Amino acid sequence: MASGDITRSPPPFPRFALQWRVAFALAAVLIVAGLAFSVQSQTASSILLATTTSTRDTGLLDFLDPLFQADTGIQVQYVAVGTGQALDMAARGDADVAMVHAPSLELTFMARGEGLCRSSLMYNRFLIVGPASDPAGIRGLTNATDAFRRIWQTNSTFLSRGDNSGTNVKELAIWALVGHIPSTTNDSWYLETGQGMGATLTVASEKGAYTLSDDGTFYALESSLSLQILVAGDPFLFNQYHIIVVNPVQHPNVRANASLEYAHWLVSSRGQALIAGYEVAGHRLFTPNYNPNDPGVC
Amino acid sequence: MTVPLALAGVQKSFAGKAVLKDLDLRVEAGEIFGVVGPSGAGKTTVLRVLDLLEAPDGGQVLFEDRALVPDSREALAQRRRMCLIAQNPAVFRASVFDNVAYGLRLRGVPPELVRGRVFSALEFVGLLDRADEVAARLSGGEQQRVAFARATVLRPDVLLLDEFTSNLDPANVRLLESATRRYRLESGCTVVIVTHNLFQAKRLADRVGLLLDGKFLEVAPTHGFFENPSRPETQAFLSGEMAY
Amino acid sequence: MLQIVALSLFVAGTSTLIGAVLGVPLGTMIALRRFRGRNFVRTLAFTFYGFPPVLAGLLVYLVLSHSGPLGFLGWLYTPLGMILAQAVLVVPIVAGVTISAVQVVERRLHETALTLGADERQWRSTAVHEARLGVLTAIMVGFGRAISEVGAVLIVGGNIAGQTRVLTTAIVLDTSEANYLEATVLGIILFVIAFIVFAALQRLQSEGVV
Repeated sequence: MASGDITRSPPPFPRFALQWRVAFALAAVLIVAGLAFSVQSQTASSILLATTTSTRDTGLLDFLDPLFQADTGIQVQYVAVGTGQALDMAARGDADVAMVHAPSLELTFMARGEGLCRSSLMYNRFLIVGPASDPAGIRGLTNATDAFRRIWQTNSTFLSRGDNSGTNVKELAIWALVGHIPSTTNDSWYLETGQGMGATLTVASEKGAYTLSDDGTFYALESSLSLQILVAGDPFLFNQYHIIVVNPVQHPNVRANASLEYAHWLVSSRGQALIAGYEVAGHRLFTPNYNPNDPGVC
Repeated sequence: MTVPLALAGVQKSFAGKAVLKDLDLRVEAGEIFGVVGPSGAGKTTVLRVLDLLEAPDGGQVLFEDRALVPDSREALAQRRRMCLIAQNPAVFRASVFDNVAYGLRLRGVPPELVRGRVFSALEFVGLLDRADEVAARLSGGEQQRVAFARATVLRPDVLLLDEFTSNLDPANVRLLESATRRYRLESGCTVVIVTHNLFQAKRLADRVGLLLDGKFLEVAPTHGFFENPSRPETQAFLSGEMAY
Repeated sequence: MLQIVALSLFVAGTSTLIGAVLGVPLGTMIALRRFRGRNFVRTLAFTFYGFPPVLAGLLVYLVLSHSGPLGFLGWLYTPLGMILAQAVLVVPIVAGVTISAVQVVERRLHETALTLGADERQWRSTAVHEARLGVLTAIMVGFGRAISEVGAVLIVGGNIAGQTRVLTTAIVLDTSEANYLEATVLGIILFVIAFIVFAALQRLQSEGVV
């Protein structure tokens, strides 16, 4: 009764073949369900904000965005990256709106026609912090350049973020005014962490070193650090934020209308009041300074 | 009169070395044909060519006087009417039952029929109570019995046995030889058995052929082959005095 | 936190599924079929084992960006993009381990299957069945890579709160903000998840289901 019929080709291990088919079917169902869910959650009204890690770290966005959504129904999703990448994201059309604090880079961005409009938003401050012992003797100085010069001349340990962030850019700008840009190879007292503000502060605290920090991150971590504010108030240490809506002409996918609504809300009296009232560890961080007379405002 | 298997002028070389040289063979229907010869003479190759696993470099492989092209649909259909049992059982990573059912499922036999035939084949080799065990956990002899059941459950017209009891203890050897005889009786199939065990050849075969230098030197009914070989080489081989 | 865990499982799980659906048949074919350039393809598959995840993330980022070729999909900074990036990493891993598992089978059992009457398609099915332990291992290794991967999902996902933040990227964020306690807790959760999944698969294997 040997069968020589070769027209059919059934599987030799039917239970196993069945298991495979069930698994594949399950996989297909899961993938389709996930796709559907993903697509569905994206059609809800939302905009993508490109911003910096230090902005995220202040917690301001987590405070403002839900209020904006309650007022307008628009959800703000933000991606926090380095300043350079944030503007690059906007230039690629991967973000609808940008909130950054690097004026020179922003002006180049606008000059290339990448932005629809740009409004000044608020500023917070940078602080020079260091150990209570203050080996360089800078406490109470009102000029950041003088403070840095003294740190250099006393060879006191200084930690730089070394990551091209807005804070790093400001730090290098101060060194430029001093007339000496330190390098890790030539200046043994100058160290780079390559990390975010929180991590840099922690390392500075452990090493008893000086560093430049934004006020928000410092206040948020102050209780766990053994650092003190030594120099503040120099206008050069002000950190100016702008809100930029990406130009939809270059990138048609940009949700310009919703982004404009966001920008207008932030510079409205309600938005500016909320910004002024925002506190971290009992300290108010931001001073709103929207100026409707600036060129190219939203 | 047509014979189920024949090889005509078959040549086969491996890596430039000729193993089968202009080989002829005719196997009668329903007989047990024993193939003996020195190691490396090409005995296994003969079986592989018969089973259409190897294509000969020259010559023909004939089934009922029809030459078959290897790798053709006809060849696959023919191969499904034959079974080769090798020295190593090579059981699948599955239960004994699934192993024996393998060939039936390949051919699309319905599950109700599969059960009956598998159990009957297992009973034939005395493994009925082991059907649900993992085949790999059985002893070597038991695995070879599974392999035998796996082959005979398909009711092949031709059974090709390649030193299939070489690794086994005497009890299993006896069991499988007896199963072979019973199977041939019940099914009328043709058997070609390669063995280096001359006693086994004497016990099982109807005719025996000596494979030497790539050809069958002498082919004779068993009694005559062993008691009264016509070639001096055969005599030398049987007495263990052949130098090779 | 629950949302982060769920998203982690969803992203890693889906990319592993894709890896299995594409990688197992691919690996099986490469192991069993003779074709020109087979050795080259095999070497290629094994080389992609060590493909740096961040590099995969960067490449997928550039492709999915709105200025890139697939920008119209809008998958950047969404879980879909993350799944795509991880699938790019997982498919070669699953395929590669599958090749290794099936190759061993090939030598032993091919002829046995042929003598019992298998045709090419049935042989492939037999080979996969025989190598199923190895295939399952391939999928497990793929999942392990996916769930613990951080570079690609960070670059392509953007670590958006409530949308594309998974366990690994959440750990990165907490660490950068010096929230070491939270980071460690998330890390432990990650470890426990991986442990549970592998223990469950181990159980299935020893019970002979596989």
